Amino acid sequence: MRYIPLTQDEKQEMLDVLGIASVQELFDDIPEHILLDQDLELPEALSEAELVKHFRELAKKNSDLSSVVSFMGAGAYDHLTPSVIKHIIGRGEFLTAYTPYQAEISQGVLQSTFEYQSLIAEITGMEVANASMYDGATALAEACLMSCAATRRELVVLPSTLHPEWQEVVKLYLENQDVQIAYLPYDRQTGIIDPNAVGGINWSDVACVVVQQPNFFGLLENAAALGELIHEHGGLFIMAVDPISLSLLKSPGELGADIVVGDGQSLGNAMGFGGPSLGFFAASGSKLIRRMPGRVVGETVDTEGKRGFVLTLQTREQHIRREKATSNICSNQALNALIAAIYLNVLGKVGYQEVGMQCLQKANYFKQRLLEIEGLSAPFSAPSFREFVIQGDVDWAEINQRLLEQGFLGGLPLDGCGLAGHVLFSVTEARTKEEMDTFITLLRGLI
Amino acid sequence: MATKKVVPLIIERSTPGRRGYRLPELDVPEIPLSQLIPEEHLRTEPAELPEVSELEVVRHYTQLSRLNHGVDVGFYPLGSCTMKYNPRVHEDVTSLPGFAALHPYQPESSVQGAMELMFNLSEYLAVISGLEATTLQPAAGAHGELAGLMVIKAFHAHNGESHRNEMLIPDSAHGTNPASSAMVGYKVIEVPSDDRGGVDVEALKKLVGPNTAGLMLTNPNTLGLFDENICTISQIVHDAGGLLYYDGANANAILGIVRPGDMGFDVVHYNLHKTFSTPHGGGGPGSGPISVSKELAPFLPGPIVQKEGDKYVFATPEHSIGRLKSFYGHFLVFAKAYAYILSHGPKGLREVSETAVLHANYMMRRLQDVYYLPVDRHCKHEFVLSGMWQRDMGVRTTDIAKRLLDYGYHAPTVYFPLIVDEAIMIEPTETEPKSTLDEFIEAMRAIAQEAKEYPENLTSAPHHTPVTRLDESRAARQPILRWQKP
Ligand SMILES: Cc1ncc(COP(=O)(O)O)c(C=O)c1O
Repeated sequence: MRYIPLTQDEKQEMLDVLGIASVQELFDDIPEHILLDQDLELPEALSEAELVKHFRELAKKNSDLSSVVSFMGAGAYDHLTPSVIKHIIGRGEFLTAYTPYQAEISQGVLQSTFEYQSLIAEITGMEVANASMYDGATALAEACLMSCAATRRELVVLPSTLHPEWQEVVKLYLENQDVQIAYLPYDRQTGIIDPNAVGGINWSDVACVVVQQPNFFGLLENAAALGELIHEHGGLFIMAVDPISLSLLKSPGELGADIVVGDGQSLGNAMGFGGPSLGFFAASGSKLIRRMPGRVVGETVDTEGKRGFVLTLQTREQHIRREKATSNICSNQALNALIAAIYLNVLGKVGYQEVGMQCLQKANYFKQRLLEIEGLSAPFSAPSFREFVIQGDVDWAEINQRLLEQGFLGGLPLDGCGLAGHVLFSVTEARTKEEMDTFITLLRGLI
Repeated sequence: MATKKVVPLIIERSTPGRRGYRLPELDVPEIPLSQLIPEEHLRTEPAELPEVSELEVVRHYTQLSRLNHGVDVGFYPLGSCTMKYNPRVHEDVTSLPGFAALHPYQPESSVQGAMELMFNLSEYLAVISGLEATTLQPAAGAHGELAGLMVIKAFHAHNGESHRNEMLIPDSAHGTNPASSAMVGYKVIEVPSDDRGGVDVEALKKLVGPNTAGLMLTNPNTLGLFDENICTISQIVHDAGGLLYYDGANANAILGIVRPGDMGFDVVHYNLHKTFSTPHGGGGPGSGPISVSKELAPFLPGPIVQKEGDKYVFATPEHSIGRLKSFYGHFLVFAKAYAYILSHGPKGLREVSETAVLHANYMMRRLQDVYYLPVDRHCKHEFVLSGMWQRDMGVRTTDIAKRLLDYGYHAPTVYFPLIVDEAIMIEPTETEPKSTLDEFIEAMRAIAQEAKEYPENLTSAPHHTPVTRLDESRAARQPILRWQKP
């Protein structure tokens, strides 16, 4: 086997040291009747060249976004990614390290994580961020559980404008701990939650209310009003945010959020058919910080007084607290968090704003062009950022199939959300005017 | 590791007006911002991100990388983590745009290759585990535990046995086992270990009962020892109506040798980042698929890939617990694991485990005269020593670990499992050459000698690392968790 360096001679030397005749003897303590007496039924080994060929063949069966122009978002976004990212994360010192348990030889991972935490805290306007969660959905689920623990309440209020998959994930996590969920309906005219129409909930029982900003339809919610409402009743305010939008939008910190979560795919991470990305998790207030899930890096000094970084506040974590830990998370998304940090650093203060600005401008241009097409309309009136919903009495799935033949990935049909004839488009800075205009021409021909 | 100089934070290198990346010019007519988004939603101050050039970014991270140990840098015998070599061709093939640039909501007809990969990997993992069905959704080992325990809970509920709320967990288990159990609302019942390092069978008999939901076990366990009584254990738990959960963190010992399904397990999670060699990335991403028995298959989280004729489709199992994560899981990670299985084939996988086990036993036997070996029997892919003898000389296991850093090694896992005092858990893996094992053995022996003669060399270690020993209690007492504007 090409990755096993042991030679026959070396093997014999080891067997001699052990005083045994064959490796098989090392497995003598396994009950004989369960030992496998034949090979696993798997394909025979491929050489490196054969492996490459196999993967190329599989890849060819996919239509990928290096040749297809995408207007699809809904949680995974086609942003430009600076080349420099892949070169940095390809360095073996980052790629092939694990959790920085031995701080003195892990300052690279620790300092870059500290910088990541600083960047996330900065864009969200929160006091601190942890070192990453699996993804946005699980980060939100953990934020809800953390709110329940912090408030000793067992009711969570979710907006019906939350990404449907995130709703499913949160529901699964919460129902396993017998936490109840109430949903806030959205206004059919604006497409957002109406903070004045949230009756029927006993707010003093509510651990937290969640707002997704922008919401699943790409629209901006009146977040501050919901935050005030929950704070009046002693609960916590959670915001689930898109990190690119924070370049333009008021930070959750300014809006009074206690916990902020989100998915970091759009910060330089590949779409990769949905993963891996990262979840970010930020909070304010020392009481909440000590209840956060996941790893956290802190600054300290060495014996000579030199600055250095270590994993800290570990008494929250499973390896120490076991069943009393704040979460079971162990491995996280360190490399994806590194990507996010490199992305934000290389874009920088101005570049980051430009990405947000271009998404907004291009999405608006595309939306106006779509609305020129007869039969299409905008069902919701609230302002939007990078995504928006269009309505038209057509079979969007069928249209998408036809568009794909022309090299375009259309928007996401929303039939699954009870919105037949509605489709969710996303436009990033990666789209050009020419691509948008071509798409409009093609779509006209199909409607 | 080249430097002892402090690397500034990247924000400390910031110069107003500097740029690291430029977008194409905006090619659509620009509308004033306030006409698109009402002012109440807008930031008044831009976020304070660094302003640095691309070269400064590259240098910054290159300098940081040189302060870091990785498998590529040197030996990394971190027990329970399987720090084996990560084949570079697996990075190449999985970064092809045909995988990396796929949107998760593309029509199924346009992602048949990706779905075929998922289908095949699911099948292969089921074969390796001797079980029936697989979901690739969980994000890491601990997430796989969560998935598996939720499946167990749903199974009992489905059978009208919701009262089963006790999860049995050996005292040697990893912290995620009890933490995951708590997250599904289970009461954790600790099972003691016997003096051979396995589950205390007599104690287990007394602990099972009508409320037993199941038992979580790592086998080989966290001492690196195969539990010889596994068939008896599974019988006891099954007779009580409970199910068996296999924590696959140690699966590197059993590939093609014995299957968890044949040991009596009903659910298995794999850590693809350990056994199947996907890079650990400084702490993640991992991937923690679970394979389950036929009885449990209808409860798996969805969607999973199925084959209909010659087409691959996403489907949700009949009594699915629901969804545990966005989209389908860590696709690019399982693509690497799939590559790993294909690179090895059935014989290669068996050779992986045989070699990993041979390496561990060889090292254990060459170290047991200088470090206390709590349980003296063949180990599997890893073994646990104790620094008890050295403690009597005023040297703690931490000190031994820190001294190893001076020799250019990552330290073993220390103070785990909790049932061994001053534990030192060594996992060499199969990909290390014998010369590296021998050099490490010599270093461990030299350190044992130093503990006798110059204990202060150890208690003040490390000496040759980019920073000396860091003050962890200060970090926790006065937390500084982000950069603050001076
Ligand atoms: C025995 C054992 N179980 C479970 C886990 C958790 O796995 P992960 O870090 O992938 O969540 C680990 C990880 O170190 C482990 O060693």
